[in-house]
Amino acid sequence: MSHPESSQPVKLGELYQEVILDHNKKPRNYGPLDGATAEARGHNRLCGDSYHLRLRVQDGVLSGIAFEGQGCAISKASASLMTTAVEGKSVEEVTRLKDAFLDLLLREKPADGSRAAVGRLKLFEGVKQFPVRVKCATLIWRALEEALRGGPSAEVSTESGQGPTPSS
Amino acid sequence: MTAPERRTIESVRADFPMLAARMNGRPLAYLDNAATTQKPRAVIERMSRFLSSEYATVHRGIYTFSQESTRLCDEVREKCRAFLNAARPEEIVFVRGATEAINLVAHGYGRRALREGDEVLITELEHHSNIVPWQRLCQERGLRLRVAPVNDAGEVLLEEYRRLLGPRTYLVAVTQVSNALGTVTPLPEMIKMAHHAGAVVLVDGAQGAPHRATDVRALDCDFYCFSGHKIYGPTGIGVLYGKMKHLEAMDPYQSGGDMIESVSFEETTYAPPPAKFEAGTPAFVEIIGLGEALDYVSSLGWEWIGAQEEALLRLATERLSRIPGLRIIGQAPHKAAVVSFDLEGIHPHDVGTILNEEGIAVRAGNHCAQPVMRRYGLTATTRASFAYYNTAEEVEALVRGIERVRGVFA
Repeated sequence: MSHPESSQPVKLGELYQEVILDHNKKPRNYGPLDGATAEARGHNRLCGDSYHLRLRVQDGVLSGIAFEGQGCAISKASASLMTTAVEGKSVEEVTRLKDAFLDLLLREKPADGSRAAVGRLKLFEGVKQFPVRVKCATLIWRALEEALRGGPSAEVSTESGQGPTPSS
Repeated sequence: MTAPERRTIESVRADFPMLAARMNGRPLAYLDNAATTQKPRAVIERMSRFLSSEYATVHRGIYTFSQESTRLCDEVREKCRAFLNAARPEEIVFVRGATEAINLVAHGYGRRALREGDEVLITELEHHSNIVPWQRLCQERGLRLRVAPVNDAGEVLLEEYRRLLGPRTYLVAVTQVSNALGTVTPLPEMIKMAHHAGAVVLVDGAQGAPHRATDVRALDCDFYCFSGHKIYGPTGIGVLYGKMKHLEAMDPYQSGGDMIESVSFEETTYAPPPAKFEAGTPAFVEIIGLGEALDYVSSLGWEWIGAQEEALLRLATERLSRIPGLRIIGQAPHKAAVVSFDLEGIHPHDVGTILNEEGIAVRAGNHCAQPVMRRYGLTATTRASFAYYNTAEEVEALVRGIERVRGVFA
């Protein structure tokens, strides 16, 4: 966000892009998941975003992913787009994508490769102009991180640290 | 206190430097007054002057500046007494804010007299700060926490409340005004009923004291509290009022300097109230700022403040109700100038972000009142809360802002 006194309003259009609004309205992979092997819950205490993410990992591949819950347009679209981006990928690929996405959103100067690595998800870069909303965009990714880490009922909260965690 | 003078909205706004600020290139429309209020120049300048040329500790100084600080703080205690119409200045305890006041009573009074099975009665409207201290007390002491429900409009159901009161009810804790919905609770009836059942009553005045005259003796409440920063004063200071008989019987909350009569390693004798509850060096700069804030409110007068805020509430309610898909949460006939709303299919956080771009400051979230949100099937609302310094133009800016939100999500 620009300085509060600045006369240059930041562009809402970069936050509420068509794709984001579309995924907010019609979230993909929304609902329960058969044969889930891991799950995690994500909460944003600030505004009450709350999601339940379920994964199915088979032979090192994320063969299924789904989420349920409610929250703002940014968090819901981010969850929806994430599921479409990671489904069918190997756990290693997913982990790399997750690291790149968190790097892109959380670092002032992201690593060179992060932008290219996230592909179409780079549309969330606009969220960086709205610092309080970065938590919304990253919430589901942090839930994914917890689920991959393997806790059967992992929970993440936006209040419990923001930095990308090195993957194991 | 000085007699109210007739004021125009323009001259009042000019007293608040922050109201001239811009946010995101737009004039600031500050509609988050239930969270905290802006400060008049009188408060800012009084605190600054005190810090620059009068600052010295209270109570223990033998020198002139310290004696003067002590006198100023005593004067504010008297102002608080008059503000609440308490019987004696010793019934005014300085605390950090309403939250600390409630914790103090839960600790000092709550832990004292009760037996397992006793009940604490609150309402569904309460802020977390008037729920959690009682919940903890109940868990610790084997008490039962009971909750008086509200109707769809957000009013406490008095018949239900009456039914929940009984010989086991030991304490009633109720808000004067709901921070999330704006409901003004029927305190006189509720307090009478509670006393009839033999319970003592704590009133959370955090949202009430800034907006209406409060007379603790007419109400006959046993405890009352408010926060300085919500009544145009500084943060970190608030007031607990308690009837002297209760304050005398209560255990200290925190212990340390300033609250004792004598200390040896074997035994400590506590000072009488209010000193018993004011361990450590008090926030005396903030106390002096609070005194100035109360003077400022008195100079405007409740009649003027009430008329301004009532007009803003009426206008905002009327203009917002006409917006398609907008539902006002909390429609009690007796309300403070708080308009909490749900915009169909649009999350309050998104509403807040877009309004922010329009220079409009609102609260989006659960308002630290999750139970009452749940009562309406919501996790969050957008809340515009007004003070006398807000204007009809700001209400119009809010309406335009909400139209823009609807445009983005159309």
